[in-house]
Amino acid sequence: MKEKLFGKTLPELTLITRELGLPLYAAKQLAEWLYHQRISSLDEMTNISKKSRALLGESYEVGIHPPVSVQESSDGTRKYLFEPRPGKYIETAYIPDGNRSTVCVSSQVGCKMGCLFCMTGKQGFQGNLTAGEILNQFRSLPEWEHLTNIVYMGMGEPLDNLEAVLNSIEILTSPWGYGLSPRRITVSTIGLTPAIREFLDHSEAHLAVSLHTPFDEEREQLMPVQKVYPLKEVLEQIRSWDFGRQRRVSFEYIVFKGFNDSPEHVRELARILNGIRCRINLIRFHPIPDTPLESPDESTLQSFRENLVKKGIRTTIRASRGEDIYAACGLLSTRQLVKKRN
Amino acid sequence: MVTAHSHVVRPVTISFSEEISPGIYLFGFERDFDFLAGQVIGIALEEEGPRRLYSICSGEEDPQVQILYNVIEEGYLTPRLAGLEQGEPIWITEPRGSFTGIPGPAVWVAAGTGIAPFYAMFRSGLSNQKTLIHGSRYLDQFYFFDEFSRDLGSRYIRCCSAEEEGSVYHGRVTGFLQEAEFLDPEVKYYLCGSAEMVVETRDVLIGRGIPFERITSEIYF
Repeated sequence: MKEKLFGKTLPELTLITRELGLPLYAAKQLAEWLYHQRISSLDEMTNISKKSRALLGESYEVGIHPPVSVQESSDGTRKYLFEPRPGKYIETAYIPDGNRSTVCVSSQVGCKMGCLFCMTGKQGFQGNLTAGEILNQFRSLPEWEHLTNIVYMGMGEPLDNLEAVLNSIEILTSPWGYGLSPRRITVSTIGLTPAIREFLDHSEAHLAVSLHTPFDEEREQLMPVQKVYPLKEVLEQIRSWDFGRQRRVSFEYIVFKGFNDSPEHVRELARILNGIRCRINLIRFHPIPDTPLESPDESTLQSFRENLVKKGIRTTIRASRGEDIYAACGLLSTRQLVKKRN
Repeated sequence: MVTAHSHVVRPVTISFSEEISPGIYLFGFERDFDFLAGQVIGIALEEEGPRRLYSICSGEEDPQVQILYNVIEEGYLTPRLAGLEQGEPIWITEPRGSFTGIPGPAVWVAAGTGIAPFYAMFRSGLSNQKTLIHGSRYLDQFYFFDEFSRDLGSRYIRCCSAEEEGSVYHGRVTGFLQEAEFLDPEVKYYLCGSAEMVVETRDVLIGRGIPFERITSEIYF
């Protein structure tokens, strides 16, 4: 099986060209073809000699693959299904919103974190995606040239696959890559504290932390990771980091009816987030099969937001998108996986 | 297992390492710190090397700290760990985590090497009023069988998915829980294993009427 060039950083491409005895400038040429041009095969790299292309072709291929299927919502959201490896499925969402077009990419096949509210977790963990497989979800979308924002909020825990995620961000933001501003990229994490530090050290992208309740005991019920990396440590780490004026930290808060939407939750959130310049994104829970958790009604969601705002916390409600196309992350790929297994 | 790069590390010397079942290893080093049964420590081969978290698999008062693991062939750490011998150093972090034992009644559900935190609780005197359900693929993977069966008696239930033997439930732990006549909704359920096992087991328990507030999980991050 040939190794894929797409997803290699410039230093990695340099290493490859050096090992193959190609001219030193060939690495930059490769990056130019891979990340600035629309190509799908080595033969299209016309400013690289035929001999060099043949040499590359013995061990490498470009490695850009189209999605295997797409579903389109009435609101314009599209859910793409990719099969990066045989029998392994990941989902990518394209979310247009006025002048913004966001792509939500997956970082793993399945997930290890086992959160109670998550459909992806029901697949178990099937593997890490490479940087190329992450970027392929961006590059092979028909809409890729119009994308304005990239969020790592699809399947998997990005910071559990940190090296590939950082490499993909390097390619997205480098001048030899896609040249995007890191301020257009947000990486979401469940709160793996050691990896948060590495992420903050090695990238300029925004950070989003899955919070979901300010109370430890409740968070343990929702998210097993709390037992190893408690929220208190996550917040300490965020407090100790200088985010500057441009970089943003936000907290994702899925609202579950009667579980995490009380005045006590508002008060405790205000207490634990005191001193952190941040925003809370409230997300309405969309029930998944066999879940004991319920979706809140609109008025509860609105009053929860208003109460947080009164406490001085910038709070938004994330618009629910693609509700008619299995938009809850993991539903589409789980269906495909079950179909394949049967 | 989660990478644990930033926590304090120090070297310790391996006092024993043995393959207790094909591909399953147990190693130990002298205990010179306190921990709570059920906690994890980070382990690395070098001071700056990649670290992974493992549940401590020995009692709070035992002279040795033991770690149970299976070799992941494509992994970085475990194939190298398996090659280490007595007298060689490894690097450890301080213990952490709150998947810890309680004195009251509870059901412990483990798959494979997920037995480690429960063995630590068992060795620490926390097995009173506990039922242990251990799932494995093969009969020779019921680690610490002698001790568990002697002390827990009928409260020690083995589930084997690939082999059959008289007193062993033939199937996975999820099958056993699905078929169990009665599951007490008042006690706490502790789950430890892979993400898939924990999620499936949690779904079965919730489906059988166990409130999710009573289910606590430790996953091999």
